[in-house]
Amino acid sequence: MSRRPYVREMSKTTWYMRNGRYRVYVLRELSSFLVAFYTFLVIYALSVLAAGSAVQWNSFLASQQGVGMIIFHGLALLYFLFYQTFPWFKLAPKAMPIQVGENKVADSKIIGAHYVAWIVVTAFIFWLAGVI
Amino acid sequence: MAIAKKAIVWGLFAAGGTLTSFILPALIGLFLLVATGNVPENLQFEQFHAFAASWLGKACLFVVLFLSVWHAAHRLRVVVHDFGIRKDALVANAVYTVAAVGTVLAAFYLLAIS
Repeated sequence: MSRRPYVREMSKTTWYMRNGRYRVYVLRELSSFLVAFYTFLVIYALSVLAAGSAVQWNSFLASQQGVGMIIFHGLALLYFLFYQTFPWFKLAPKAMPIQVGENKVADSKIIGAHYVAWIVVTAFIFWLAGVI
Repeated sequence: MAIAKKAIVWGLFAAGGTLTSFILPALIGLFLLVATGNVPENLQFEQFHAFAASWLGKACLFVVLFLSVWHAAHRLRVVVHDFGIRKDALVANAVYTVAAVGTVLAAFYLLAIS
C-alpha cells in the first residue's frame, strides 16, 4: 500500500452537485417521498372511512380541496411522471430483458408495451373511480 | 440471514416500484380531481365505502398500500445515505418500522370497514 494514498475530497452531503447524471439520480430518488406521502394519505383516508360516517368523509374530501392542493397535486403528478414512471419504463428492458428464440426483444418494444399497459391501467382506475 | 433479508426488501422494492410507477399517476390524478371539487362518483362515501367493504376492494387496496410503503421505505433508506447520514443500521430499523406500522394500520382500517 502506498504510504500516502490519494483520497479525493468529496462532500458527503452535496456530492451529486458535481455531475449532471448524479443530480438526475438524486432527483429520481426523491420521488420516493411522494410514494410515502400518498401511501399515508390513503391510509389516513381509510381511517376516516373506517369511522363510518358520510359527514366525516365529506369533511375529509372538503379538506383536500383548494388552489394550494391543486398546485401541490399538479406538481407532484409532473414530478412523479418524469422522475419515476417514465424512467422506470426506460430501465425495464435492462432490468427484465426478454429473449424469444435466439433473439432479444428490442428495447423499444418492451418500453412501448409499458406505455400501452400504463394507459390501460390508468384508464381502468379512472373507470373504477367513475371518472370515465 | 443478512442476505435473505436483503432479498426480501429488494423484492418488495422492485415489485413496489413497478406497481407505483403504473398506478400512482392515476391516484394523484384522482386527488387532483378531488382538489378541484370534482369528486369522482365512486369516491363519494356510499360507493367508496362499499368498495372498501368488499373483499376484492380490501385486497386491492391492501396490496397497493403494502407494496408502496415498503418500496418507499427501502428507497428512503438509500436517500438518507445519499444525503450524508451514515448510520445505515439505525436508519434501516427506522424506515422499516414505519413501513411495518403503515402495513398494520392499512390492514386494521381496511378490516374495520364493513
